[in-house]
Amino acid sequence: MGKKIKVLIAKPGLDGHDRGAKVVAMALRDAGMEVIYTGLRQSPEDIAKAALQEDVDVIGLSILSGAHMKLCPRVLEFMKQYGIGEKPVFVGGIIPEDDALELKKMGIFEVFGPGTSLEKIIDSMRKIVK
Amino acid sequence: MGEKELMESLKSSEARWKERVLNPVLKRFPERKKRFEASSGTEIKQVYTPLDISGFDYINQLGFPGEYPFTRGVQPTMYRGRFWTMRQYAGFGTAEESNKRYRYLLSQGQTGLSIAFDLPTQIGYDSDDPMAEGEVGKVGVAIDSLKDMEILFDEIPLDKVSTSMTINSTAAILLAMYIAVAEKQGVPPEKLKGTIQNDILKEYIARGTYIFPPDPSMRIITNIFEYCSKNLPEFNTISISGYHIREAGANAVQEVAFTLADGIAYVEAAIKAGLDPNVFGKRLSFFFNAHSNFFEEIAKFRAARRLWAKIMKERFGVTDSKALKLRFHTQTGGSTLTAQQPMNNIIRVAFQALAAVLGGTQSLHTNSFDEALGLPTEESVTIALRTQQIIAHETGVADVVDALGGSYFVEYLTNEVEKDATEYLKKIDELGGMVRAIEDGYIQKEILNSAYKAQLEIEKGEQVIVGVNKFTSKEDKPMKILKIDPELEEKQKSRLKKLKKDRNNEKVHKSLEQLKKVALDNKENLMPYIIEAVKAYATIGEISNVLREVFGEYTEAVIL
Amino acid sequence: MTELSLEKLKAEDVKEISKALTIIENDPIEAKKIVGALDEKDYCVIGLTGSPGSGKSTLTDRLASLFSLKEKIGIIAVDPSSPFTGGAFLGDRIRMKRTSRNDNVYIRSMASRGKLGGLSPSIYDAVELLGRCGFKKVFVETVGAGQSETDIANLADIVLLVLAPGLGDEIQMLKAGIMEIGDIYVVNKMDIEGASRLKSRIEAVLDFSNHRKDVILTDGIKGTNLEELARLIEKELQFLKESGKIDEKRKKRKRFNKLNTVFQELKELPDEAIDRLVEELKKLTGGR
Repeated sequence: MGKKIKVLIAKPGLDGHDRGAKVVAMALRDAGMEVIYTGLRQSPEDIAKAALQEDVDVIGLSILSGAHMKLCPRVLEFMKQYGIGEKPVFVGGIIPEDDALELKKMGIFEVFGPGTSLEKIIDSMRKIVK
Repeated sequence: MGEKELMESLKSSEARWKERVLNPVLKRFPERKKRFEASSGTEIKQVYTPLDISGFDYINQLGFPGEYPFTRGVQPTMYRGRFWTMRQYAGFGTAEESNKRYRYLLSQGQTGLSIAFDLPTQIGYDSDDPMAEGEVGKVGVAIDSLKDMEILFDEIPLDKVSTSMTINSTAAILLAMYIAVAEKQGVPPEKLKGTIQNDILKEYIARGTYIFPPDPSMRIITNIFEYCSKNLPEFNTISISGYHIREAGANAVQEVAFTLADGIAYVEAAIKAGLDPNVFGKRLSFFFNAHSNFFEEIAKFRAARRLWAKIMKERFGVTDSKALKLRFHTQTGGSTLTAQQPMNNIIRVAFQALAAVLGGTQSLHTNSFDEALGLPTEESVTIALRTQQIIAHETGVADVVDALGGSYFVEYLTNEVEKDATEYLKKIDELGGMVRAIEDGYIQKEILNSAYKAQLEIEKGEQVIVGVNKFTSKEDKPMKILKIDPELEEKQKSRLKKLKKDRNNEKVHKSLEQLKKVALDNKENLMPYIIEAVKAYATIGEISNVLREVFGEYTEAVIL
Repeated sequence: MTELSLEKLKAEDVKEISKALTIIENDPIEAKKIVGALDEKDYCVIGLTGSPGSGKSTLTDRLASLFSLKEKIGIIAVDPSSPFTGGAFLGDRIRMKRTSRNDNVYIRSMASRGKLGGLSPSIYDAVELLGRCGFKKVFVETVGAGQSETDIANLADIVLLVLAPGLGDEIQMLKAGIMEIGDIYVVNKMDIEGASRLKSRIEAVLDFSNHRKDVILTDGIKGTNLEELARLIEKELQFLKESGKIDEKRKKRKRFNKLNTVFQELKELPDEAIDRLVEELKKLTGGR
């Protein structure tokens, strides 16, 4: 049986474009991972709570509305508050280069921009869980 | 030779060609792919002949432009009379900045305004609501109250421009504000021209800015239809959208099928509410995507026109010719733009725009090349506009109607799209209609499957994206990206605070109480009461929350 | 016991509970140790089964929300693992908007992991853990296809069989005898045409087989009749306690937990080992 990699895929904020999040979720499932998908309109607190309860290995945030600089630190804050600050957080979406650097400084593990291949995402998740 | 004999003779000629000419070449030089497909999975052969459209009936399948079934176009002269409306979607940050951008575009030759609202405005949250944090002014202009709307249209004469507002769940509120601003300018409602998107079904399917569940949403929409047919006869009250459905990953057939299925649901709801499809049918408009597969896109637009005309005539018994026409706006496919080698996007957009024009669109928005990364700069938005102007004035394609009509390939594809879309419509009817199909997650699942399939094809290299999985270059130069002023959210919040102090709060309270009652009783049209609330400077959040209390909130379907 | 803190578990710390559930999912031996280290407590398992699309998640959300006013509630939502890739898409949290923001409710998604269409192999220990960590009611929500209906009957104290009009599955269920396992029958989506007819059909079937069971119409989205359903659940629980039937159910749950653990171990053994085991068993049980 073996341990499965558990991933939380979440859409924080008001952004309603979920094609990317869902396609990634399906790819991770097909790569043998267990994916918990939270759906739209999650507050940073909702996401941290889900990550806590589901004891996931990785958290993936999908943000295409430009609100990433506000939402990401809030998610990290709540995660710390709940004692799961050490869990890695990936962000996918429309994130300009300089913002991506800022986010990584804040503690976001990896930022995936438009055009990132599914293979790369799966590999990154596998590596970090090892 | 009669038709039958002609076909027989052609068949044997084709067989001979395959044997003598094609197959020997295929043996030595196999084709690039085992199977060539359009986005919908329809197989594409080497070449098309009359055999592929046997039984072709010009009068019934094509007809003449401006006449049922409108396959060739909704007007007899099309662009020979007037070019399509060049309407670039814009709006960001504050009402003041958006107002500046609109005045610039109007001065540069744009002929209509298209307004983008931020997510809190679209979802009925004020800029100071916790759910709005980080989102204010990001994807469009922040409108909290009539005050912001007045600034947005400052010095823009509402009797001289046509305004398209991309707004759905809160369409009634924004429309009410538009009417109120016009009133202050002295422009009577019957002179107002424009469109509100007002298409809630696609929000549940693909775009996500829903608030209430489907039934109360349909009530609001039919209230708007009714109010406008009496008071704003020149206003288009819905833009039934396939654009977002395509962006969510649907293929060309699904785009047509699901959009028309939404249309059917709206027509049914309006008829149920007592409205005459011959009347409101004239004010329905559509919004499609212009995607990459050139000929499939042209076929798609033609098939959509023919299929809709048939539906309105045969299913709903519409007799007024104007109400049978599928008029549409097109936007080039945003999801086809790449962040890598962004200048390539200018060429992508040009071809997509050309497909839309050859497909007979009534108005067109061309994307800017930097849109994979952020909101467009003034430079890139100008290039996008010029793309349309060059197509219009320099290529000659606007001098003839439906240039590709009669092409064996395009007529074949048009037939296939219509056939496959009709299959979907049947399935949706079996499921109990579009609202049911959406609540069950059937539509979303179909779209996700297409999206996943497309992504896997790109990953495997079967679908080449220039600059991304082939012809890549080393580190791209960092691009200038438009950033939204981070202070904007705070400024908007303080403006809101001031408004709430300065206005007559008793009046606001009374108007909201009235609105709640009308919403609960479900006997009257909501519009006049929304207009009252808006004039009292009630905020979007306050009005939406009253309706949330009465109607509840929608939760999305789970799709396995 | 691996890096878990028994102290924190006894204090009902959420992070520790979550970690414990992960260990339980991955290591059946450790699972027994962890659960065994905690005191038994009085709690109730409520299973919801029925076709996809019947609205189970929405009902679970509503019910848990109602009960959470008085006590801590646990929810385990089970979804199928892909038999080809071993992965799973767990999306039931989407429908649980109310309870996901409720501090008195704990929601956990579990994949069925190899048990084709059934509940997860570690479900018994998972449920027991929650019960021993202070959750007074644990809802288990399953896909309702194939085996999972009978699994749920072995696991739960009260089974809610959820149906909805237009799904056409009541006939299949009748044939497979699935109809027997429900303690309370819920016809959800009552606003859809055919709901009352469906209710009547179910009542007729139950009458015929002489079962006295409640059948109720609900609307999970609007909340219609949910309080009544909650009342029926409490009533059933009361009945089980007073009649002593609850002890039978708990014995059954324990027994199936044991059988399940044995079976999980057996699954891993090579053929020869299984053959030898069967031989030994025959000797033990006198050759039956």
